Amino acid sequence: MHKNLTANPIDIMQKEGTIYVVPQGSVLHYDSQNDLRKIEGYTSGDVKQITFLPDNLQQWDSSLVLLVFMVKQMAQAKNISVNLEKMPQNLRDLVDMAFAVDRKPEHKSNNRGGILEQVGKQTSNIFSAFTNALNFFGAVFVGLGRLLSFRSVMRYIDFCSALDDCGPKALAIVSLISFLVGLILAFVGVVQLQTFGAQIYVASLVTIGMCRIMGAIMVGIIMAGRTGSSYAATIGTMQVNEELDALQTMGFSQIDFLVMPRLLALVLAMPILTMLADFMGMVGGAFVGVFMIGLPYQEYWKYAFDAFRLNNFLVGIFHGFCFGIIIALCGCYCGLTCGRDADSVGVATTRSVVRSVVWMIVITGIITVVCQEIGI
Amino acid sequence: MSGQAVINVKNLSVGYGDYVLLRDANYQVNKGDVFIIMGGSGCGKSSMLRVLTGLIPPLKGDVEISGVNIATAPDKDIQKIREKSGILYQSGALFSSMTLAENIMLPLQQYSDYSASTIREIASLKLALVGLKGFDDFYPSEISGGMKKRAGLARALALDPDIVYFDEPSAGLDPISSHNLDELILEINRSLGTTIVVVTHELSSIFTIGSNSIFLDAQSKTIMARGNPKELLKNPPNETVYEFLTRGEKK
Ligand SMILES: Nc1ncnc2c1ncn2[C@@H]1O[C@H](COP(=O)(O)OP(=O)(O)OP(=O)(O)O)[C@@H](O)[C@H]1O
Ligand SMILES: [Mg+2]
Repeated sequence: MHKNLTANPIDIMQKEGTIYVVPQGSVLHYDSQNDLRKIEGYTSGDVKQITFLPDNLQQWDSSLVLLVFMVKQMAQAKNISVNLEKMPQNLRDLVDMAFAVDRKPEHKSNNRGGILEQVGKQTSNIFSAFTNALNFFGAVFVGLGRLLSFRSVMRYIDFCSALDDCGPKALAIVSLISFLVGLILAFVGVVQLQTFGAQIYVASLVTIGMCRIMGAIMVGIIMAGRTGSSYAATIGTMQVNEELDALQTMGFSQIDFLVMPRLLALVLAMPILTMLADFMGMVGGAFVGVFMIGLPYQEYWKYAFDAFRLNNFLVGIFHGFCFGIIIALCGCYCGLTCGRDADSVGVATTRSVVRSVVWMIVITGIITVVCQEIGI
Repeated sequence: MSGQAVINVKNLSVGYGDYVLLRDANYQVNKGDVFIIMGGSGCGKSSMLRVLTGLIPPLKGDVEISGVNIATAPDKDIQKIREKSGILYQSGALFSSMTLAENIMLPLQQYSDYSASTIREIASLKLALVGLKGFDDFYPSEISGGMKKRAGLARALALDPDIVYFDEPSAGLDPISSHNLDELILEINRSLGTTIVVVTHELSSIFTIGSNSIFLDAQSKTIMARGNPKELLKNPPNETVYEFLTRGEKK
């Protein structure tokens, strides 16, 4: 009897309460789904046993093992016995191995619960996130106290390297971006001002805009993306590498050791970077004013300096100072609360940037309202 | 009985939230023991170690270390205990921004009154003890995994601790390095009288160094066996323990 290889390598028949499954020749890359359904169809009758009867079986691969495995699983569920005696020993071993699960996972909290439970859980999550953040805030204050009373374990060298990272190394990018922002501001402004011939006031516009708020905001966004995220990633990776555990079990304060140097460095650097941004923005404005609309150079700077108010400038610097605190705290907090796998580091990094930006906007709003009230 | 209990665990339940890994465990670790915590993968050995070292709170029950209950003691006492215990993490957990010597000097600077130059010398000595003489100025990224582990051990030993905890000391090490690490552990135990708690499922380590042990079982969530590992092999209390200790031979 000669079988065509392209034909189904498995014959299935039913006789007197037994289903015979007959694999023959070579069973390679064979898709068992149809046959499995066929066998399942036969079992709807009065079937006691499924017998595998290989007929000159020469080659087989995992696809046959899969069929046997699935059949056995289905049969178990329907209380039908499976006879594998005639099948090759090594195939039977493989199937046994697949069934020899020593332990099933017992907890898998994919079960989300009802809507009420979800709402409750989320609420308590929000609440605990809030208290955690408050705890962190408190711990930072205590750490600051320790630092001022010279009992902190902060390493001077950590502070220096953090300062180097968020100071000198950030100068170029901050200069470039704020120059361009000054340029854009001037461009957009001058189009409007030209309509009533007041284009010289573009100098005032750029100066006030940059000094009061734009300089600080641009620096804040750059530093949140550049430095805050690196804080989160560095500290998060320390979590993954068990370095945070080591710190804790050695009895070192994570606040003193990791947060303080970064916080101080950023709080020191941000106001200075803001000043730089203010200046570069004005240069950007002058570039447009002098080279593109042909305002006289001296005239431009005269108007620019006339518009310069110390109040505005100081409010801008204060923004920078607050942003420094926000970025450092968000970055460090997200790093410290990071999970223990690579994915969580990514999440922590993203989260630190998003939170920094959100809080910066909130603080800006608050400062603006307060300034309005006290008339600055 | 010989020796007094350094670690005393009473009715301890370990787990995360409502996921319980181990229920009502009771055991003691005596001074000078090399105490093995063994069991299949995922049975909660590392979690047990986290509880012992205070990284996660117990679900229930007490852990007393040198007579101090770590769940309820004031921070000052916990601090004392931490100074007197060293931990070697699975990955070494060296601080990557510091050289090996600086890593070891860190706890010394914080908790000892030695002069700066003495601290440097001690750091060099500890590195030499673990076979890393002359590696003082290397950064963790510049040395191999096995070396990191030994450097981590040197840091754990910096303050001459009473107890040293190890999480899978031989994981990721070649047979010779792992044997050497075992020897090192025994040497420290013998010469310094340090109590040692080791989480491992490396059979050769278990038999070479273990003087006492507990066997955690995931299914029953209990301590399924306890005692000297060699004795356990001679008189296994049940099939599971026997299979574990013989690499899956059936009785
Ligand atoms: N942070 C966590 N939150 C929830 N469950 C966890 C957490 N960490 C571990 N587990 C669960 O606890 C169980 C035991 O984990 P543990 O790391 O203690 O095992 P182990 O005995 O050390 O295993 P191995 O020998 O493989 O290291 C695992 O099933 C794991 O899913
Ligand atoms: Mg583990």
